[in-house]
Amino acid sequence: MKRFSGFNLIGEAFRSHQGWPEHWPDKAPKPAYDAIIVGAGGHGLGAAYYLASKYGITNVAVIEKGWLGGGNTGRNTTIIRSNYLYDESAHLYDHAVKLWDGLSQELNYNIMYSKRGVLMLAHNVHDVQSFKRHIHANRLNGVDNEWLTAEECKAYCPPLDISPNARHPVLGGALQRRGGTARHDSVAWGYARAASALGVDIIQNCAVTGIRRGADGAAEGVETERGFIASKKIGVSAAGSTSVVMAMAGLQFPLESYPLQALVSEPVKPIFPCVVMSNTVHAYMSQSDKGELVIGAGTDQYISYSQRGAFHIIEHTLAAICEIFPIFTRMRMMRTWGGIVDVTPDRSPILAKTPVPGLYVNCGWGTGGFKATPGAADLLAYTIAHDAPHRINAPYALDRFRNGRLIDEAAAAAVAH
Amino acid sequence: MLLIHCPYCEEDRPEVEFANGGQAHIARPADPSAYSDPQWEEFLYIRRNPRGRHHERWRHVHGCGRFFNAVRDTVSDRFETTYKAGEPAR
Repeated sequence: MKRFSGFNLIGEAFRSHQGWPEHWPDKAPKPAYDAIIVGAGGHGLGAAYYLASKYGITNVAVIEKGWLGGGNTGRNTTIIRSNYLYDESAHLYDHAVKLWDGLSQELNYNIMYSKRGVLMLAHNVHDVQSFKRHIHANRLNGVDNEWLTAEECKAYCPPLDISPNARHPVLGGALQRRGGTARHDSVAWGYARAASALGVDIIQNCAVTGIRRGADGAAEGVETERGFIASKKIGVSAAGSTSVVMAMAGLQFPLESYPLQALVSEPVKPIFPCVVMSNTVHAYMSQSDKGELVIGAGTDQYISYSQRGAFHIIEHTLAAICEIFPIFTRMRMMRTWGGIVDVTPDRSPILAKTPVPGLYVNCGWGTGGFKATPGAADLLAYTIAHDAPHRINAPYALDRFRNGRLIDEAAAAAVAH
Repeated sequence: MLLIHCPYCEEDRPEVEFANGGQAHIARPADPSAYSDPQWEEFLYIRRNPRGRHHERWRHVHGCGRFFNAVRDTVSDRFETTYKAGEPAR
C-alpha cells in the first residue's frame, strides 16, 4: 500500500500519477482461512480490518456476492449520531462515533467525516418532553446532546421555517454536535484498502451457497460459487440477506427484510449546513458535499429482496420535506434507490455468537446501520477473536428474544433511526 | 406500488388500500400458559423471511376491512395468488 501523503502526492504529480498501486488486489480464494467474513459492506470489511489490525488474525477472507460496498453501504443517507435513549444503545453507537473520529487518519483514507451536527426537531409537547428526556439520558452516558430553542434552531439551520403558523411548528430541537455525515463509499474503500494491506483477501463476485458444519455441529467453512473454503470462524455481516445465509446453517432468525428508499435532488450551492431529522413528520435530510439534498424515505410495509420500493413512499417523504422546508418545494429530485434492511422486533441489532459454534453474526441494524459501521466492525472482530462478546455488545445477543431483555429502540427512537 | 387482488371484493386494488399483516399461517398458542420461553420466542419473533415464495397476510383496510392471505415472490414482488383467511396455505 502506498500511503497518501502530501509528500507522495507531490512526487506522483511529477509522474502523472502513474505510480499509485490498486487499492486492493482481486484475490482468488485460498483453501482455508483463520476467519471468514461473509459480506463486504462497511461492517464486514471493517471487521476484517480490525481482526488484522487489533486482534492479530491476519489470515482472513471477506467473501462478497456482488461488489464491495454495493449493498446498504452504498445506499444509505450517511447520517452519524449516537443520541440513543437506552444505556446499551448509547454505549454501542457512541463506541462507533468515537471510532469515526480518528478513522481517516487510521485508515490513511479520507472518509470525509463531517461533524456538522444532527438536529432533531420537536413539533409538539410530546416531542419536547421526549427529546429532553433523551438529552438527560444521553448526558448521563457521556453522549453530547443539547436542547435548542426554535430561534436557536433557526440560527443553526437557516432554511428552517419556524413561524408559528407552519403546518408543523418547530418548538425546539435536540442537537448532537458530534453527529454528522461521512462519505459512505470511502468507508468501504478505506477499510478494504487498509485490510488488504494487512493481508486480508477480498473476494468479490463469489456468493456463499452453503455453510458446512461438522459432526459436532460447529462451523467448518463455507461453500461458495468458487468452491469450498475452510474456516473454523465465520462472521456473517450480510444485512438484508442475513436470514438467507443463516438458513444455510439451519438457523431461523428474528429478522424481516424490508426495502428502504432514499433519494437525492439535483445539486445546488451550499444551503443546508447540518442534518435535520423530524421524527413526527418522518423526514430527514442533509446536503452532500456535491450539493445534492440527501433525503431518507421510509420502508415499504412488506418484506422484499427486490432492492426497490414503492413510489408512494417517496411521495409521502417529499410531502413531509415540503411541509417543513417550503423553500425546497421546487427542487427537482434526481435519483431514487432502495436497499434491503434487516429489521429485528425491537429495532436493535444482533451482534453476537450464534447457536452454531464458530458462527458469529452482525445483523438487524435495520434502517440505521451506517452510523455504527466502525463500532459494529470492531465488536464483531472482537467477538470472533475472543469467541465471546465485548461488554458493549453483550446485551445484543440472540437470547434476548427468549428471556425478554429487549432493547426496545422501536419505541425510543421512533421511526427515523 | 403493488396491485393486490382482494379475494373478498374480487377486485385488483392499489396497495395503499391495504395493510400488510406479516407472515401468514402462524398459529396462536392453543394453551398460552403452557407455552415455554422458546415456544414464545418462536411464536412472537422468529420469522421465515424467505428470499422467494412467501406466505403473508394482508388486510383490505380501506376496502372491505377483511384479512386474507397471499403468496408473493419476495424477489420480483409478484403475487402468485391471494385467498381467503381460513383456507389452507397454497
